Amino acid sequence: MITLNVNGKQLQADVDVDTPILWVLRDALGLTGTKFGCGMALCGACTVHLDGAPIRSCLTPVSAAAGKKITTIESMSRNRVGKAVQAAWIKHDVPQCGYCQSGQIMSAVALLASNAKPTDQDIDAAMSGNVCRCGTYNQIRAAIKDAAAALSA
Amino acid sequence: MTAFRTSRRNFLKTSGLVIGFTLPAAARLAQAATPAEFKPNAYLRVGADDRVTVVVGLSEMGQGVHTAIPQLVAEELDADWTRVRVEQAPVDQAFKNPIFGIQATGGSTSVNGNWEPMRKAGAAAREMLVAAAAQTWKVDAADCRTEKGAVVHKSGKKLSYGKLVSAAAKQPVPKEPKLKDASQFKIIGQSLRRLDTPQKVNGSGKYGLDVRLPGMLTAVLAHPPVPGGKAVSVDDSKAKQVKGVRQVIQIPQGVAVLADGYWQAKKGRDALQIQWDKGPNAGLSSDGITKMLTDATQQEGKVARNEGNVGAASGAKTLEALYEAPYLAHACMEPMNATAWVKKDGIEVWAGTQSQGPNQGILSHVGSVDPKQVKVNTMLLGGGFGRRFAPDFTIAATLLSKMSGKPVKLVYSREDDMRGYFYRPASVTRFTAALDASGAPVSFTAHVASPSIMEASGFMKLPPDGVDSFGVEGVKDVPYDIPNLRVEYSRQEPGVQVWFWRSVGHSQNIFFSESFIDELATAAGKDPYEFRRSLLGKQPRYKGVLELAAERAGWGKPLPQGVHRGIAVAQSFGSYVAEVAEVSVDKDGRPKVHRVVAAVDCGEVVNPEIVKRQCESAIVYGLTAALYGKITFKDGEVEQGNFDSYPMLRISEMPKVEVYIAPSKEHATGMGEPGLPPLAPAVTAAIYKATGKRVRKLPIDPELLKA
Repeated sequence: MITLNVNGKQLQADVDVDTPILWVLRDALGLTGTKFGCGMALCGACTVHLDGAPIRSCLTPVSAAAGKKITTIESMSRNRVGKAVQAAWIKHDVPQCGYCQSGQIMSAVALLASNAKPTDQDIDAAMSGNVCRCGTYNQIRAAIKDAAAALSA
Repeated sequence: MTAFRTSRRNFLKTSGLVIGFTLPAAARLAQAATPAEFKPNAYLRVGADDRVTVVVGLSEMGQGVHTAIPQLVAEELDADWTRVRVEQAPVDQAFKNPIFGIQATGGSTSVNGNWEPMRKAGAAAREMLVAAAAQTWKVDAADCRTEKGAVVHKSGKKLSYGKLVSAAAKQPVPKEPKLKDASQFKIIGQSLRRLDTPQKVNGSGKYGLDVRLPGMLTAVLAHPPVPGGKAVSVDDSKAKQVKGVRQVIQIPQGVAVLADGYWQAKKGRDALQIQWDKGPNAGLSSDGITKMLTDATQQEGKVARNEGNVGAASGAKTLEALYEAPYLAHACMEPMNATAWVKKDGIEVWAGTQSQGPNQGILSHVGSVDPKQVKVNTMLLGGGFGRRFAPDFTIAATLLSKMSGKPVKLVYSREDDMRGYFYRPASVTRFTAALDASGAPVSFTAHVASPSIMEASGFMKLPPDGVDSFGVEGVKDVPYDIPNLRVEYSRQEPGVQVWFWRSVGHSQNIFFSESFIDELATAAGKDPYEFRRSLLGKQPRYKGVLELAAERAGWGKPLPQGVHRGIAVAQSFGSYVAEVAEVSVDKDGRPKVHRVVAAVDCGEVVNPEIVKRQCESAIVYGLTAALYGKITFKDGEVEQGNFDSYPMLRISEMPKVEVYIAPSKEHATGMGEPGLPPLAPAVTAAIYKATGKRVRKLPIDPELLKA
């Protein structure tokens, strides 16, 4: 049994310490907003924040979260940057199938939290680990710029 | 990790989350039980609270059908769009796809097939609401009109639809409700916001993989390393030692490890020691497949089209070219999965599926129950692209639930998903053509060799003429004015299960035929745009999009140093799309696509923004395939497994995309697929301009383009 800080709450899960954070969130804690895409940190669908930094939860063992804060898509509406990013995603109607978008949003929030006015190159660097098979990249870029503008307004 | 503390009380609390999850099916039943609703047909309900619920039998996989179909209904209902919501339908006769005759989503048929039926559903409800208001007011119905969810009398009296639900429910259902003229449309033709966006930005949308049931086990399958193979001996002793592993079950599809969660099941699966008989495909190699297909194009094929006499035609100049495209995986972002619960009184399945109707029948056989006892809950689809039309994952999940006695969620790992067949067929096409002295083509022949999707589908058969229509679509229907034209097809079966892949045969055949047309233009010494234009005199819709794309792209105008344009045009699923690609090639032979301009004629448009986004999406899907996509075989085994060996286009490689819609009064046709086919030939035509090298095999090989 392990204790985790997820979205500000202390939660317990009966899992082995080598279990990736992704499966603790999804299977043990029922937080299914974080998605499984590849299991090898190649697509970014599983992106969550560990102490505010974006990580690929499909490869990060839950042991790495000891004493740290995990933040997932489910709490983004309570986060200043998260809220702005979600609003921009809605304004631009970014998602198509939507499956990758939790990960996209988590990567975008991490970017904007550390870089208030990202350039196109900054966006490329921060977002290239997130695959969107529906090809919503241009809308993602536009929404990130919009969120940045809203946050600095 | 020693810092972690345990507590039984909290564990139970955590478990409570599992049971607390509400399934959409239950929500639906609760809705149905609400009194004071007006439900004129299976497709919509109006609540006393003025809320309009549109029930959609089609699967939402990103293509926007959960917005476009409600727009059709809401238009004729004169609904207040802000009060419209969408609900996923169960499997029912009422939700048969009008084009397929089964309840399924694919082939860019949704808007095309539902254009009239869904409008009629809305119009019937509107007439009943008007009749109800007229009766309530004791006035002539002809003096009443409707606007934004209310009936208005010429005197100014007004009743919202919600206030009329009881009276409307008593009205006879009109058999032939009157439909609006397109000039009256207020909702159709508007870029209204997608109804499914909010749940897709906050993590609450439920995909197949998100289903959780009390007592559910998660299964991961050890698939045979070569599909078609089977396990001859299984040692599961190590797998059973993995914490959380509950059962190991062998089924025809492989050996399944059932555990408390995915991670445990996967660890258990990886700990299985299995001796495989690789089966009939053990010797499969990509070189062998290429040879098999290429050889076939030199034999006599089945005739798909024959006009004039290609044998007698002769020209000043002749050309011959051989084109090849590989097998492709769909690589949906959500790996294949399904949850099944075989109970005493029937089967319930939860899945992101494009074929809920056929699944009902298929799974009834798996569970030996009546189809009526199979309930299929359609979840959101994390990508479909044709892959989720297949029932392999629902069948295996149902079998595992039946054998284990538990609700089972079967999950494919990314590698399972990618190596599990159901590929876009590999294909080779040999072309010949002759040009007269003026450069006009006088003859054109094509011989396509590829596996048959019709035969692979399980629900179609190769017709008596021996021509697979998916095999030749996009080559057979070459639209250009050429007097002598012959297309042949040879069915070749290397043994790989093939399947529908976004735009199906057009995905490779338009690359073949449009590239060869580009070769003819070059041989004729003509501009490829003008060359096509001169041969499309009898094809106004092709010509229309070709001209629109060229105009918006600035065809013929200067480009930055090193950037070149290519153009291609195609019709698929009734929609016409032309694309101009702007491409440069670096010294290592790597192409970069800077901009794609597309022009679309898909008839009447329900939601222009969704049309544009679908076209852009198909461009990305096509570009990913053109640059990177290939499934190859060595000793029977698939050489790709994850996104490292089967790369996806990234945001840093994304071109600018502009999509222009040609105004059209033609019947509405779909846009989930038609944006894809012209992309590859437009890009490779630009590469030819940039390098002088003709790409005749996909994916594009930078080695061959090096300066």
